[in-house]
Amino acid sequence: MAEKKIYGMLAEFDSTRAIYHACEEVRDEGYKHWDACTPFPVHGLDKAMGLPPSKIPWIVLGMAILGGIAGFTLQWWTTVIDYPILIAGKPMFSWPAFMPVTFELTVLFGAFGAVFGMFGVNRLPTFNHPLFNSERFQAVTDDKFFIAIEARDPLYDKRKTKKLFKKLGATHIELVEE
Amino acid sequence: MATVKDTLDPIKGRAPLVTSGATFKEITDAVAAPLEADNYRAWWVCFLVAVFFLGIFLVSVSYLIWEGTGIWGLNNPVGWGWAIVNFVFWVGIGHAGTLISAVLFLFRQDWRTSINRYAEAMTIFAVICALMFPGIHVGRIWVIYWVFPIPNQMDMWPNFMSPLLWDVFAVSTYFTVSLLFWYVGLIPDFATMRDRSKTKARKIAYGIFALGWRGSMRHWLNYERTYLILAALATPLVLSVHTIVSFDFAVSNVYGWHTTIFPPYFVAGAIFSGFAMVLTLIIPARKIFKLEHIVTTKHLENMAKIILLTGSLVGYAYGMEFFIAMYSGNQYEQFAFANRMFGDYAWAYWIMVSCNVITPQFFWFKKMRRNVVVLFVLSIFVNIGMWFERFVITMSLSADPLPSAHGYFSPTIWDITTLIGSFGLFFTLFFLFIRFIPMVAIAEVKTVLPQADPHWHPEDEGAGHSDEAGSQEVTAHG
Repeated sequence: MAEKKIYGMLAEFDSTRAIYHACEEVRDEGYKHWDACTPFPVHGLDKAMGLPPSKIPWIVLGMAILGGIAGFTLQWWTTVIDYPILIAGKPMFSWPAFMPVTFELTVLFGAFGAVFGMFGVNRLPTFNHPLFNSERFQAVTDDKFFIAIEARDPLYDKRKTKKLFKKLGATHIELVEE
Repeated sequence: MATVKDTLDPIKGRAPLVTSGATFKEITDAVAAPLEADNYRAWWVCFLVAVFFLGIFLVSVSYLIWEGTGIWGLNNPVGWGWAIVNFVFWVGIGHAGTLISAVLFLFRQDWRTSINRYAEAMTIFAVICALMFPGIHVGRIWVIYWVFPIPNQMDMWPNFMSPLLWDVFAVSTYFTVSLLFWYVGLIPDFATMRDRSKTKARKIAYGIFALGWRGSMRHWLNYERTYLILAALATPLVLSVHTIVSFDFAVSNVYGWHTTIFPPYFVAGAIFSGFAMVLTLIIPARKIFKLEHIVTTKHLENMAKIILLTGSLVGYAYGMEFFIAMYSGNQYEQFAFANRMFGDYAWAYWIMVSCNVITPQFFWFKKMRRNVVVLFVLSIFVNIGMWFERFVITMSLSADPLPSAHGYFSPTIWDITTLIGSFGLFFTLFFLFIRFIPMVAIAEVKTVLPQADPHWHPEDEGAGHSDEAGSQEVTAHG
């Protein structure tokens, strides 16, 4: 078998402070294909990485509007068009009475949009990932902070990237196979 | 009782939420410990007791489906008995979980992180119990799909002008959104459990639920946004759910029910009962599982304050109901309320008032709020009181304006076994939860530790982070 391809270089850090400054540096160096992995969302790290804002709110807005329209249309069509029945002498099109269900479906669709939109944008589930090949990476869900720079990044250079990580105070550096 | 000495967070200038200066690793270990114990004998005992009561529930429900709702103590005029009482009771309990997870999140009450997982689990199991009752009380359960707008053999649609149908949508949406919210919060913690797993089976099981989470900041960005939006959606949702539950009563023309105070009064009562249930459940758990440094006395005290507030709101609502009845000048309305206080169900009314109005007043005192035993005992009183509140309200049916139509509801053995059995269902699910799922949100609690802030400076800075840390290159094999 041919030698396995290298996915990238993984550096381990001990504290939020260290990873925060390291991310700022990696961002300023101009790397594009890289990622930081942390046990919890470190406040402000998205800015330190230079990430654009999340698209999730737009997905939720679209889905919530869709849910509201669907809920209202369902009630109007079933009660007024498809099988009108006079109930308690109320008008057929008693739209105020349709509000609770319209509201509930707005929320329901919005929540589906938020959760499944997040899964879509994050490409979850992704059960396998090159980073899982690293033994030490298991601590990412415990107390260690990681930066991975991918080999496909144009600025990636085994020696230079390693030097950068060393300068930034990485406590451990390793190459990860594809 | 020993109180933990308050030291201040160096950045926020407030007492830290997690005491004893825990590290990230200690948090993970402390929360994961109950899931990785060697000896589960005590757990099995509790679990089997719960399963026994679940069995009672299943027998009661099976007999109900076989024989019909005649096995309950329902009569004319009391056509709505314990099924609705239990339904409202369980739904109400659920509300505290959403309040803790969503409303306190929006208000940036960081203390919620230690208890939100636990409270959300309680919400989901309570709503499952609640959903049982409208499901089984319909009599002909095999046509339960008529409540949903799906085409059926009659070519008819549900009546969207009925609060009972709004309820179907409200509670099922509530259940779905709560479950999604809970699951989203759990994904990073399932990943933690996956990475700690010693056996292959555990690794695969937790791994499936973790969806391959790897803590990527690019994921966290969307994840946090999703969590915030879910909180923003769940907040009006939780208010709408108990509002609509109260419409089941308030929209019908029964004296004592047809009042505009019902929606806010029901919501306050729901939060009141829910927080009491959280206390009832978490006080033993934090002791047994040694989580007292994560769920601290401060957390319990905060919950006691919310119980005091909502309990007083409920007490105010009781008073205001009477005032409005008196002020309305409507003799039937006046009779309905006088009858609550002095009529056939006066005993239930006074149990309700003592448990719901008097009990929370103890929490004006700091000593009481910080005393675990007092909190536990009083929380049980609140649970009892809130069940009786729904009972008292429902029993307005027994005193129709026409005296010849008055009746008295007495529960049969099947009413009682169904109620007790529903606790079996609740606790069976709950014990499964504490055995297999991290009961504290591990990732979230880490964010409230002082060292989670990138600006945090350890006093003994200097060690670590330099070239001497011995970086070495290794190639991982996979």
